[in-house]
Amino acid sequence: MRFLPCADSGLIVELADLASVQALHAALADAPPEGVVDLVPAARTLLLHLDPSTADVRRIEHEVRAARPRESGRGGGELVRVPVVYDGADLADVAELTGLTAREVVDRHTAAEWTVAFGGFAPGFGYLAGGPAELAVPRRAESRTKVPAGAVGLAGEFSGIYPRESPGGWQLIGRTDLVIWQVDRDPPALLRPGVRVRFEEVA
Amino acid sequence: MLEVLATGPLATVQDLGRPGLADIGVGPSGAADRGALRLANRLLGNDEGAAAVEVTFGGLELRAHRAVTVAVTGAPCPVAVDGRSAAVNAPVRLAAGARLRLGTPGTGLRSYLAVRGGLDVEPVLGSRATDVLAGLGPDPLAPGTRLPVGPPPERFPVVDVAPVPAHPAGELVLRVHPGPRDDWFTEDALRALLTSRYEVTADCDRVGMKLAGPELPRRRTDELPSEGMVSGALQVPPSSRPTLFLADHPVTGGYPVIAVVTAADVDKAAQAPPGQRIRFRAASTRRTA
Repeated sequence: MRFLPCADSGLIVELADLASVQALHAALADAPPEGVVDLVPAARTLLLHLDPSTADVRRIEHEVRAARPRESGRGGGELVRVPVVYDGADLADVAELTGLTAREVVDRHTAAEWTVAFGGFAPGFGYLAGGPAELAVPRRAESRTKVPAGAVGLAGEFSGIYPRESPGGWQLIGRTDLVIWQVDRDPPALLRPGVRVRFEEVA
Repeated sequence: MLEVLATGPLATVQDLGRPGLADIGVGPSGAADRGALRLANRLLGNDEGAAAVEVTFGGLELRAHRAVTVAVTGAPCPVAVDGRSAAVNAPVRLAAGARLRLGTPGTGLRSYLAVRGGLDVEPVLGSRATDVLAGLGPDPLAPGTRLPVGPPPERFPVVDVAPVPAHPAGELVLRVHPGPRDDWFTEDALRALLTSRYEVTADCDRVGMKLAGPELPRRRTDELPSEGMVSGALQVPPSSRPTLFLADHPVTGGYPVIAVVTAADVDKAAQAPPGQRIRFRAASTRRTA
């Protein structure tokens, strides 16, 4: 565990792996140390946003070290089923990159149980972890300026669903009609850290 | 109710934003110069975080449909009520039907127009702020926008005029702390950052300001896994020239941050218009426990 200050506005906690980030996030989310106003989990780090007028960094570091990592995230282990039409523009490329057939890519994607690790790219976007290593692919060499809402993609070790039309560089393998982000719904994001996701193929 | 007649380059509703939602990808947003927003509200007896108009480079004009008290803070600009000049950093009475106009600021970039009672537009996820990156909150103001005003607070304004230090006309000095990723850069890079002059380019908005100046070469060229970003972060993309993040910065970013501007100086950075020259200085005191 390594602490990397961001002036008086934040404190990055660098951890060994994604699982450690999720466990520390879960441990701190319900009762963050005094002076911590937001938590930003990511692939290898947890950023604590600080209120400079009340945060005592040494005490916060002490509390973070003493925190007992927890298993489940804020999603409480809830399961979301996502119906997907697997006709993405990059499905053939993903098959070539992984050495699988398109059919096998879809089978691997639907067989896995994914878990939302963190958000961050856009409101409602969840980085889904826990898929098979053989589906790990690089981002596209060139980003698209327009990816439609509901596009299902792969990048690195993650899968994700675009919450609304936006630019994007993920490899697109399919699309869903499920509305994953809606501001006037409670909660607005379907894919909160800790939520489990199963993709289901539809015609 | 206030009716917008003209907006200038950009006018948005801002408060202190929506902290606490980063894990679903929602950033802080809120006033770019938080101190100026707080001051405007204090002058009116409002809660410090009441919603107000953030006016970018003047040009806002509106009509009060009933008598209200307002205050203008931030970038000092000429204020006219029905053509007569009024003070900044002070409560100003507008009679029903009065027309208020904010001219172009002489220094600084963002002025704040607060109204006693606060702007009562519909909140989104607990805040009335417009996040231009995430597309959350009310649309930017346009001629014809009607802004409801909330009920006046029980407190009365007690200050006639607030003393405010002038915005620097020449070079702006911002204090920074190295890190979190200064070890991804060469030693020369940090030295260049702390000894050279940078300039705000035209590529600047509420998300951040791209800066022109010496390159900040990296020592490590592998890819940084995306990590959380704060306001004031100096993120260095492949161009090797830093971007200074402001209120609508992305929640996470994939390029290393060489240094972060202290929270108190982020407000000053938010007042820097294109062409403003900036120097970064190492903050003299480390934080103490």
